[in-house]
Amino acid sequence: MAVKLLLEKAHVEGIRTYDVYRREGGYRAVEKALKSMSPEAIVEEVKKSGLRGRGGAGFPTGMKWSFIAKPEGVPRHLVCNADESEPGTFKDRYLMEFIPHLLIEGLIISSFALGSNATYIYIRGEYAWIPDILEQAIAEAKANGWLGKNILGTGFDCEIYVQRGAGAYICGEETALIESLEGKRGNPRIKPPFPAVKGVWDRPTVVNNVETLAAVVPIINLTGEEYAKIGVGRSTGTKLISACGNINKPGVYEIDMTISVEEFIYSDEYCGGIANGKRLKACIPGGSSVPILPANLLFKTAKGETRYMNYESLSDGGFATGSMMGSGGFIVLDEDQCVVKHTYTLARFYRHESCGQCSPCREGTGWMEKILKNIDTGKGKMSDIDLLWDIQRKIEGNTICPLGDAAAWPVAAAIRHFRDEFEWHVLNPEESQVRNFGLAHYADAREVVA
Amino acid sequence: MHRRFVASAARNKKTSHSAPGPCVKIIAMSELFKVTIDNITIEVPAGTTILQAARKIGGEVAPPAMCYYSKLKGSGGKCRTCLVEVSKGSEKDPRPMPKLVASCRTTVMDGMEVKNITSEKVIDARAGVVEFLLLNHPLDCPICDQAGECHLQDLSYEHGKEGTRFEFQKRTFHKHDLGPYIQLHMTRCILCYRCVFTADQLTNKRVHGVLSRGDHAEIATYIEKSLDNDFIGNVIDVCPVGALTDKTFRFKNRVWFTKPVDAHRDCDKCCGEVQLWMRGDEVFRVTARKDEWGEIKDSSKGSTGWICNECRFEKKFASDWTIEGPTQVNRHSVISQGHYVGLKKPNETFEKVMNGREPRLFMDIHSVSEVNKPEIQLSLIHGPAHSDDFKENNKD
Repeated sequence: MAVKLLLEKAHVEGIRTYDVYRREGGYRAVEKALKSMSPEAIVEEVKKSGLRGRGGAGFPTGMKWSFIAKPEGVPRHLVCNADESEPGTFKDRYLMEFIPHLLIEGLIISSFALGSNATYIYIRGEYAWIPDILEQAIAEAKANGWLGKNILGTGFDCEIYVQRGAGAYICGEETALIESLEGKRGNPRIKPPFPAVKGVWDRPTVVNNVETLAAVVPIINLTGEEYAKIGVGRSTGTKLISACGNINKPGVYEIDMTISVEEFIYSDEYCGGIANGKRLKACIPGGSSVPILPANLLFKTAKGETRYMNYESLSDGGFATGSMMGSGGFIVLDEDQCVVKHTYTLARFYRHESCGQCSPCREGTGWMEKILKNIDTGKGKMSDIDLLWDIQRKIEGNTICPLGDAAAWPVAAAIRHFRDEFEWHVLNPEESQVRNFGLAHYADAREVVA
Repeated sequence: MHRRFVASAARNKKTSHSAPGPCVKIIAMSELFKVTIDNITIEVPAGTTILQAARKIGGEVAPPAMCYYSKLKGSGGKCRTCLVEVSKGSEKDPRPMPKLVASCRTTVMDGMEVKNITSEKVIDARAGVVEFLLLNHPLDCPICDQAGECHLQDLSYEHGKEGTRFEFQKRTFHKHDLGPYIQLHMTRCILCYRCVFTADQLTNKRVHGVLSRGDHAEIATYIEKSLDNDFIGNVIDVCPVGALTDKTFRFKNRVWFTKPVDAHRDCDKCCGEVQLWMRGDEVFRVTARKDEWGEIKDSSKGSTGWICNECRFEKKFASDWTIEGPTQVNRHSVISQGHYVGLKKPNETFEKVMNGREPRLFMDIHSVSEVNKPEIQLSLIHGPAHSDDFKENNKD
């Protein structure tokens, strides 16, 4: 019953090769777009589809494309952000590894729509084997006339280059990615000017996530209106969710954003329930940067409505009682997990990945990590919890790029929802080293109902 | 949040679209925008940043800036001390900006309303930034040569708290010699990137930069290389803290004991217009001339008054210079204290004050002290002064 647009053919034998991909109906969208549509019409179609950026922020892609400046005589660029470094997110890796031609196809159409003759895929360095797969796919596409000069006789030239990163989370931020692509230190730029006006080599640039660009293919195949009918409200189309943590079936799932969170976790079609018969404690629905939600707020919103796997429903209630769709890194924590340790791990990550350019993030992330380490190892004080809250408040919104926010939100949400667990760690320093806090009142919502 | 970025990108695009080419730029230059900062309205040319507009008003309205340096292209936006609240975007689009913005990198719009010291949010955020900046700063002001003219000192006096809540060990680095004239105290650095921009914009080839990331990021040359360029000494002047110090001046004197004097010489490399920091007839230090914001002033020829290494490090005698007169230090800081500004000469003579008696010397400190010899020129001693320096001289 579930609609599959991206991963439908992902398991066809040999889909990685051009011949199989083409036989399965691949590159139809390029033919349709380049032969029968104008660039403006493609942008219009993407606008109609309601496609939202799949990288985390969820900004409408069609609108982003229409912002690109078009000064005379200045080349424009499309950059595919494949620097998927968010802990818990591995959907782009799956897509690029199993069905690379889908991305290449999406890139050709998007490059045509945006007028980019040189398109870049910036891929994280840790995905060491994927650039080879992509380069193979690009070579095959080029050999078959989908790339290069005068594609399909339309007069449109396009080349795709794969650029490896060197292992920095910050290079997933679009302006840091651009800096890194130019061969500089990966520091985020100060906005404005935005990449749509001054991006790679000061030329107008659009940076999009892998999944977003791949989703352009079904949009062209189906038309924007048809694509918009899938899903619900402003969450149109399908979304890849990479589920991990204490679940029976971790993996990448394509969902059509109409299913509920409860169904996603417990249905055998998706995660298949909590592993080892344990109970659900908490969940991070969109990658490590988004606020953690306790079980009692996960299935039902604060208003008592069912929570669905889509942009609006997951963020219902703001940060007080909601979270975010983010990049779709669905991390499930069972009753044996310690939220304090978990938050400390994340804080350590953000401290390590802060670029060190602006002071709140550079100094604040390190400070939060040190305090969380103290609490975790039973050396914390009660005042540390309030101090943590104050530090995250002073980082959030005061930094150059969203990494500061991403470092502050998990800490804020953990304290907001699990304050008693933090207090228990402080009050029982010895006990907290040998056993976990357990569920307390965040009991599995299912059990409460039963 | 993201939506706003792109929305304002659209606005930007619109202006750049309707204004291509240089002719429109001239119109834009002559156009005046009305901007209200802390309820004071001022008219500034389009393209001015909020910080520059606030500096025109001056006083407390001007936000502090640690990393922004108007003479260095591309600087600013990093330290976040200049955050301000924009309560009204512009006349056309009166929506307030959702987040505090870095005033050094945000240009004014017509009808913009900005809150600096009148905003609780700004004061709170700024106190936070000061706390963050001081977390790993060693606070070794008593032995730091920058003390007295340090921007971080001023900032923490004005916006910081009396204590810290940081209870951990601070991160430290080893001291590095960057060539014969400059020493790097990375521990004191606040990573403003000013010295990196300076090397980029004044020298042909930059040999130092930022290594590592996060709170372990450091200014370094990677392998200990010396910075040798005729203009590299200017990194000492742009450094807001005591991270880059003049080795010819290290530990020679406290800056507030030295008197700044404007002087010039004919130099074939630079403008030759400098400030001498003197004590008596001794020249302790030579720096470029700075304005009230601590930035290097323009020279009489109109360009920025960067000075060369020869003027800065090698011309340490008053006879090398043509002295113009005492400098008026406008900066609100320790160095401006007691420096001829508003000086009134007393009319009374000593005799009159002492009812006709002559002043009498009770004790000549120099005759009893072993280490206080006026005939020994402190500025000529290599390295910090040591009691041995005086004893040796005594033997001679």
